[in-house]
Amino acid sequence: MRIETEEKLVKAGLSATALISVFVLFIVVLYIFLNGIGAISPEFLREAPYRFEYGGIFPQIIGSLCLVGVCLLFAVPLGLASAIYLAEYAPDNMITSSVRFFVECLAGVPSIVIGLFGLAFLVYYLGIGVSLLAGGLALGFMILPWTVRASEEAIKTVPQAYREASLALGVTKWKTIWHVVLKSAYPGIITGILLGMGKAIGETAVVLLTAGSGLESFLPRSLRDPVASLPVYVYMLATQGHTSEALSRAFGASLVLIALFLAISVFALVLRNRYVKKMGGGR
Amino acid sequence: MSKIETIDLNVYYRNGSVHGLKNVQMKIEANMITALIGPSGCGKTTFLRALNRMNELKGAKTTGKVLVDGRNIYDPKEDVIQLRKKVGMVFQQPNPFPMSIYDNIAYGPRIHGQKRNMDSVVEESLKKAALWDEVADRLDENALGFSGGQQQRLCIARALAVNPEIILLDEPCSALDPISTARIEELLQELKQEYTIVIVTHNMQQAARVSDYTAFFYMGELLECGKTSRIFERPDDKRTEDYITGRYG
Amino acid sequence: MGAQEQIPRRRFMTLNGSALEWLIEKVLFACALSSILIVLFIIFFIFKEGFPALALGTEFFFGMTWWPSRGLFGIVPTVVSTFIVGIGALGIAALIGIPTAIYLAEFAPEWMRNIIKPSVEMLVGIPSIVLGFFGLMVLVVAIRDNLGGYGECILAGWLILAVMTLPHVISISEDAIRAVPKAYKEASLGLGATQLQTIRKVILPHAKSGILASLMLGMGNAIGETMAVLMVIGNPNIPGIPTSVLDSVRVLTSTIVIEHAYVDWGSMHQHALFALGAVLFFIVAILNLITTAIIRKGMRKTR
Repeated sequence: MRIETEEKLVKAGLSATALISVFVLFIVVLYIFLNGIGAISPEFLREAPYRFEYGGIFPQIIGSLCLVGVCLLFAVPLGLASAIYLAEYAPDNMITSSVRFFVECLAGVPSIVIGLFGLAFLVYYLGIGVSLLAGGLALGFMILPWTVRASEEAIKTVPQAYREASLALGVTKWKTIWHVVLKSAYPGIITGILLGMGKAIGETAVVLLTAGSGLESFLPRSLRDPVASLPVYVYMLATQGHTSEALSRAFGASLVLIALFLAISVFALVLRNRYVKKMGGGR
Repeated sequence: MSKIETIDLNVYYRNGSVHGLKNVQMKIEANMITALIGPSGCGKTTFLRALNRMNELKGAKTTGKVLVDGRNIYDPKEDVIQLRKKVGMVFQQPNPFPMSIYDNIAYGPRIHGQKRNMDSVVEESLKKAALWDEVADRLDENALGFSGGQQQRLCIARALAVNPEIILLDEPCSALDPISTARIEELLQELKQEYTIVIVTHNMQQAARVSDYTAFFYMGELLECGKTSRIFERPDDKRTEDYITGRYG
Repeated sequence: MGAQEQIPRRRFMTLNGSALEWLIEKVLFACALSSILIVLFIIFFIFKEGFPALALGTEFFFGMTWWPSRGLFGIVPTVVSTFIVGIGALGIAALIGIPTAIYLAEFAPEWMRNIIKPSVEMLVGIPSIVLGFFGLMVLVVAIRDNLGGYGECILAGWLILAVMTLPHVISISEDAIRAVPKAYKEASLGLGATQLQTIRKVILPHAKSGILASLMLGMGNAIGETMAVLMVIGNPNIPGIPTSVLDSVRVLTSTIVIEHAYVDWGSMHQHALFALGAVLFFIVAILNLITTAIIRKGMRKTR
């Protein structure tokens, strides 16, 4: 009898903790939503910041998107190319295992350290200065492991039978990869890209150190311009703003940031489900 | 001159530790169906794949010569791409690409540069593979939605589309039902008029039914090769006889 | 035959495109090598910039005072605080996360798993700045109102970091628990043990290495986390060794962010910040190595 009640209690306790975990997510999102929705207005989204705690966040939104754009331009081709090499060409030797090892290493580097590197190397040593280019590249370094991993996984999932069929038709290796393997793998690759986008758009430390103060009221006109971003804007207003205007804008910007992030995540989820269905074939 | 001739053909796997094919000397005649039979692991698939250099994909090392129309295909100056256009292959598990039927068949010709007349190429290939009537109005459908037998005939059509002279088939019916198997066997009889066919099979009745010549492989060696009727009625080697009569498989 | 085109001989292309294929392979190889280059570069630069401070030796590593304007760069309080915050956060995450993982793996009906798992995974992605902001507005205020002090303290750091590490702990632990072969479970239940007893005596010990790995990984994440913790732990001007959960502290990551705007480039202060980065990198790297070692040891055991 005692064992049964003990069982029931423990089960209840376990399910409670599970619910706590979900609860937390919803609390955070709900809280930001309730506090931020008041700040959202067409003006907020269309105007530039003005004297620290007034104005809107248009340059911040555009800036974040630009940063993610530069980041992807760097990390996607490089990551995909590395993944193709690792999955299709690499022999089983020391070099290949080191490449994999170092990719994993990169994934483990704390983002602030990448920010520091960006600061020392990109901003100062290369002289690029605090800019869209420096921020985008640093973000690119940060998400590179994820584009490599996701692409490699997607490529490995393509059945070997397709490759053999293509090669037996007299098609060269690269053309086989391009026309058959990548065509089959691209939904998985895109999921990986979206994952990287999600990480990059919310990243603060790296951007803070390499791209700008977050309060810029202008749009970047070239890659060398400093650029605003949503996360840094939130940081600035949250920690240095004390008026209700400042806080409400911080909430508003947080809400926009979460919305962007959720949109990317949901899109990635939908894409992943379609991919799974497609690979199941028409049986 | 035989269509295909192998001279001192040896194939080694796993960095030389496995000797998959030992000193195979064999001639394969044009416009005939040659069956390769033997117990599991005897090297018949290795031999087949040596004919279009597909063993290289598994890192195998090949010595000796394989002459196709008198030219050694293993000569470093020979173009593997042209070889594989000339020598097509159909695999044990049907492996159509995850594309439409049309795109599957057009794949080879497109890559090799053909731009016009694609519709007629597709139609001709499907007709030769005895599949046209069944799919003529469904060319845009994804190939993966068709039955195993249809998919295998699609793979045959796909191989035909690049205009080969020789077709290699690796146990093409082992994953199919008896009716589809019969249709493919019928198909092969038609195809041999235009093409040279080499088929690996573990089904001896199939070999006896379908082929003109039969080669018996055993532990990496070619034990016997000759006209199918003779091999099945009066085999020279006792081991061949044992295999044929079902002593081992 | 028939409609087959005579495919024109392309004289300007090589025989089988082999030169192009060779080039492509080399380019792809170079790209793959680039990741090695990037990591090595990062390590090199951080340590190069941090070297003058690291070279201070005991003054740096065992110094008790961090007061840049007076030329004092002792990191003990910061490192101690980092570990206190990290371990505490991990404890909370483990307390909630492991039972959740057990529940998800063993008890939860399919529909519940399908809600909980994606939600937990989404939690991972919520930008840390937003979580930090939430922590600042809600947790800090709650602590201040109910427990006194400034509110910005270790406790807030624990709670926020626990929230951030929770998803990782849950997801990896759950995988580890599910990886336990069904055969063991069935054998135990077949002998008359209850589900709970089976979990305690058979499944958990088997999944131990996976769960441990998730904790180590979580610790690495917590220690490397910057923005969320930055906003809630207080960051006093002169960090000291904390004596209570309600003390404001500094951690390695927050120090770097706060002070980076004030350094003169080239000054010892700047080098010291990079040295902090080097120490941080080192700690996280060790934790990751431990994680890998645990996973490998665990896999060998099950062979």
